[in-house]
Amino acid sequence: MLQDILVTGLVNGGVYALLAVGFSLIFGVARIVNIAHTAFYMLAAYLFYTLLVKVGLGFLLSALVAVGAVTLLSVLCYRLVIEPVREHDAAVLIATIALALIFQEVMLFTFGGHYLGIPSTLEGGVRLLGVSIPYQRLLILVVAAAMLSVVWFVLYRTRLGLAIRATANDLEVANLMGMNVHRVAMATVALSVALAAIAGVVVAPVFVVDPFMWLAPLVTMLAIVVLGGLGSLKGSLIGALIIGYVEAITVFALPAGAYLKGAVALLIMVVVLLARPEGLFGVAFEEER
Amino acid sequence: MIYPLRRAWGELRNEVFVLPSRTLVLLWGLALLALPLAYADAYVLRILTMTCIFAIFAASWDLLAGYTGQVNFGHALFFGAGAYTSALLSLRLGVTPWATVWAGAAVAALFGFGVGYLCLRLRGSYLSLATLAFPLIALGLLFAFPGFSGGELGISGLRRLVVSPTANYYVAAVSMLAIVFGLWLLADSRFGIVLHAIRDDEVAARASGINTLRYKLAVFAIAAAAAGFAGALFAHYLRVAGPSSLEVALSFQVVIWGIFGGLATIYGPVAAVFILYPLTEWLGSFRAVGELRLLIFAVIVLLVLLFMPRGLTPWVRDRIETQCPRCKQRNGSWKKICRLCGAALSEMKLNYRPR
Repeated sequence: MLQDILVTGLVNGGVYALLAVGFSLIFGVARIVNIAHTAFYMLAAYLFYTLLVKVGLGFLLSALVAVGAVTLLSVLCYRLVIEPVREHDAAVLIATIALALIFQEVMLFTFGGHYLGIPSTLEGGVRLLGVSIPYQRLLILVVAAAMLSVVWFVLYRTRLGLAIRATANDLEVANLMGMNVHRVAMATVALSVALAAIAGVVVAPVFVVDPFMWLAPLVTMLAIVVLGGLGSLKGSLIGALIIGYVEAITVFALPAGAYLKGAVALLIMVVVLLARPEGLFGVAFEEER
Repeated sequence: MIYPLRRAWGELRNEVFVLPSRTLVLLWGLALLALPLAYADAYVLRILTMTCIFAIFAASWDLLAGYTGQVNFGHALFFGAGAYTSALLSLRLGVTPWATVWAGAAVAALFGFGVGYLCLRLRGSYLSLATLAFPLIALGLLFAFPGFSGGELGISGLRRLVVSPTANYYVAAVSMLAIVFGLWLLADSRFGIVLHAIRDDEVAARASGINTLRYKLAVFAIAAAAAGFAGALFAHYLRVAGPSSLEVALSFQVVIWGIFGGLATIYGPVAAVFILYPLTEWLGSFRAVGELRLLIFAVIVLLVLLFMPRGLTPWVRDRIETQCPRCKQRNGSWKKICRLCGAALSEMKLNYRPR
């Protein structure tokens, strides 16, 4: 059981980290609470399913096309829907909720509400420490680790990353220093949604694909981001691992754990917030006035 | 006998008929009360009953989110608390629903107090995202103890407050008018001004000697009580208190209503419910577009927001009324001079947009 907890927690934590880091990026740079973030994850899973099962492209090609198309769509949505109302925080908020609902309904209408299964990208598994780990879960872990390294590289070793971090730190000063903050925000949206799309593609064979698959990870992701501190990437990463393990422990150790895993994870978040209102690694907000 | 009538007429003429928005609200209230006399179709009454219940819910959210700035993403917790409390009391203990509805509101107020207490130190997005957690924690507990809560099926077989559709409609409509008017009065009073101050600048409010913590707790409790009352009415009307009253979808729904209608107005969310809820139900009645109703709903919300980013009612109000530049009172847009202080209004039609 201990090994099960270790492995499940790590795999789920990896997926959550992909989602939470992207969400945190958008929030840090553009101060957008993007409720539609996991809806893009759902879209990517559907697109991957269509390309793989219906069209019959190979695994790699369908994955690449799915991620690319969803990223493109996110940039379009940002330009057409979010940017015109950027001045009004409340409008941005419900614009993202409305987008998520639209995606959900379009998928419900196109594919129906039933669960879709996707064949595993990799068959078979490996035995490690006495637990059999299917290759698919190992793949999730590898992809998550690789993508997080890529994000780290982009943010800390490229000019774009410098601009993103500067904008997140202080939008107005970054603008005065000659950065095109609108373009930086757009690049951030693309980067973050690409992460969500990749998460959607890798988990699709493990989880079931249905139009409501965005709700549960949305709540968990928000809990992680708040737990780790809004806008903090390190916080999101550590928060994702904490929540991944807490969920795994609840499911394996408690009776009726499957029902309680969300509740326990959220309870942890609330407890952390009571002790540190800005989350584990959040910067204590100066009174923003 | 004649004096109070004259006085009432004077109030009406000087306070209501001078402003087109207030006249509209009065006409709408009267129409709501008179509707069953003219057109007592059971289906229409059913939809309007639900609309009234949700209007209470949306207005209570606006007091918390719009006025005080505590943008609550878990308002369904209070709705569900009211529904489940009233359902459990009336079914397990056999208390009459007329009493348990109030008990539901009281328990919801306690929940509001608790959530408010836990969230006192949180602000902005942290508060929104943290409050999202509470109804889901409650939902997890409900599913984990199905013997007590009925699990996925909820608690069914409740008694209605009254039997006939018309009577049910009047219960909902009268409570809605009373509660919404009460919330509006509250928001328009000195208490409401303090709430505006807390939203705009909490530090300054505290520096002015306002105990903002106490105000925030009070607002959480009041908003939760109103939401819980709506939840209890909802449970007894549908005769079931189920887990759907705690879902994220309902919490998001109330956020959409509130922002679509216009924040910090009370009547805005009510107007939004009265437009959006019957619209979705009406769309659902067509076979061809029935499946698409949520899609159409979302697209409409999105399009309206692109043109009216501050919400529907502030946009409409700016078209039919102007604000006096000197005394900040509102006037009908046809007026040349302010009705209260006599300042000229016409040249201020530049792009003056109060925030």
